[in-house]
Amino acid sequence: MTFLVPAQNDESMNHDLRILVVEPDPERVLGIINALTDAGWSDLKALAQISALDRTVKEFMPDIVLIDLTNPDRDTLEHISFATETSKRAVALFVDQTDENLTQAALNAGVSAYVVDGLNMERIKSVLETAIARFKIMRQMQSELDAAKQALEDRKTIDRAKGILMRQRNMSEDDAYTLLRKTAMGQNRKVIDVAHALVTAAELLS
Amino acid sequence: MNDIVLNCGYVPLVDCAPLVIAKDLGFAAEEGLALNLVAQPSWSALRDMLAFGSLDAAHMLSPMPVAMSIGLGGLPARIDTLMVLSVNGTVFGVSNAVAAELGDLPFGDAQALLAALAARQSGPLRIGVPFHYSMHRLLLSYWTSTVEHLDVEEVTVPPSRMADAVADGFVDAFWVGEPWGSVAVQQNVGQLMMTGSDVWKFAPEKVLAVRHDWAGFNEDAARRLMRAVFRASAWLDARKNRTLAVEILARSEHLSMSPDLIDPAVSGQITPRLNLAPEPVAHFLQFHNHAASFPWRSQAAWIAQQLGADPAGIQKAKACFRSDLYRQNLSGIGADLPGASEKVEGGLQVETAVASTGGHMILAQDAFFDGRTFDFPSGKR
Repeated sequence: MTFLVPAQNDESMNHDLRILVVEPDPERVLGIINALTDAGWSDLKALAQISALDRTVKEFMPDIVLIDLTNPDRDTLEHISFATETSKRAVALFVDQTDENLTQAALNAGVSAYVVDGLNMERIKSVLETAIARFKIMRQMQSELDAAKQALEDRKTIDRAKGILMRQRNMSEDDAYTLLRKTAMGQNRKVIDVAHALVTAAELLS
Repeated sequence: MNDIVLNCGYVPLVDCAPLVIAKDLGFAAEEGLALNLVAQPSWSALRDMLAFGSLDAAHMLSPMPVAMSIGLGGLPARIDTLMVLSVNGTVFGVSNAVAAELGDLPFGDAQALLAALAARQSGPLRIGVPFHYSMHRLLLSYWTSTVEHLDVEEVTVPPSRMADAVADGFVDAFWVGEPWGSVAVQQNVGQLMMTGSDVWKFAPEKVLAVRHDWAGFNEDAARRLMRAVFRASAWLDARKNRTLAVEILARSEHLSMSPDLIDPAVSGQITPRLNLAPEPVAHFLQFHNHAASFPWRSQAAWIAQQLGADPAGIQKAKACFRSDLYRQNLSGIGADLPGASEKVEGGLQVETAVASTGGHMILAQDAFFDGRTFDFPSGKR
């Protein structure tokens, strides 16, 4: 899926950079595109499929390519960047270590950027700052989502363990939970670990 | 005892085995190391994490420290190779369509395969490699540059997607590390034609890399790490441990691969095509024997020369393969150390006994398929 946000006239000379966002998740793409648009950039393009990357980089000729640090397609992007002719040669942002803080912030937020040689660092900086802020939010949302999913999974497991105890030992739900908790405390383990062990053992024995 | 905590990056491939074994079999713990193995999604990510200090050490493609040391590849940084983690272990294969065009060829005949590929009349051959600064790519360039009429287009494809790239027709051929060649065969999308060792008999494939500064400031940690990995490599290369090694690697949370995907590389039994009997490949993946883990300065020089380095660059490359640290840190634990730190690359046509501290060193063949040899004299000439 590729979509193009049409270029708009903008008085600010700072906002005429061409930015390509490489990201397979449509929701994340929207988030990044919106953040960049809000910050005043309009010459944007998003790309989901790596198979079109070669052609897109050649045709769109972005000044900056933004990509998630953990995206496995980074190696492909890097090769394409280096393979383009020297005048248009893109280099990883991290080459410019003049701004250690920015580099570290990008690394922590999980954003990597590829920047065409010779661009003024100040111009790159604001794009990067927007991207870093956005990536940070996405990171946080992802980890919150993961935590919520995990909590839900854990609760299911604990419920199943309680059910096993209630059936086999004729306990009330409260007593079953108390037993789980006591056992966990006695063994210096988490309730969920004890519940897991119980469910697994019951599956093996059934 | 307070263990030294080390974060070590790796890409989940069979040849990261020395790190997994060092951790899972307790060689690292014996050295007082708490080794955190951190999987990386790509070689570029691994490189950035190492260069910027998020990782202390990393499982790297052997050309990466050399390329970075001579200022290539976007991120110039002084990265040193403490030791070689693995020798050989890659395969070259083609899509079923190309295989049909090529007809019957013996497995592992680099010359015949090259001639057959050059005789094809079907336009450029798109070949997938995992990374530009990889031994795969250097061997591919070296091999294909010996013939005139072969139009090759290099495409970078993450190893885990190589089989899909072949299936989709995105690439016509591929050069990849195990298990991803065997995956392509099992999915019946391609056929293996030869192994990397058919082009160069003794190619340093992965290395244990650290920042140059880090090695200087953390001598003790570096020594412990090298010793743990050395012991793990020796364990892996003992024939009696092979079956167990496959079992341990398959169970390890660090690889998450089934035993049948790990077995070909570790046992050196490569199945070129679905439903064909496996071919035994000598020295398919070597971790320890024949001084496999010794970082020969001449190996770095060969890599640098292939990357187009000038004489000054070649000297820089040699300096980043730390045979000095290898000698210093491993002499105390029974490592047999060669008398020299450089050799004529490609010069050994047969197994050859050489001078060493232990007196038992036999170097394996290291010949190139075209018989060329590479001598990189030290100092200025």
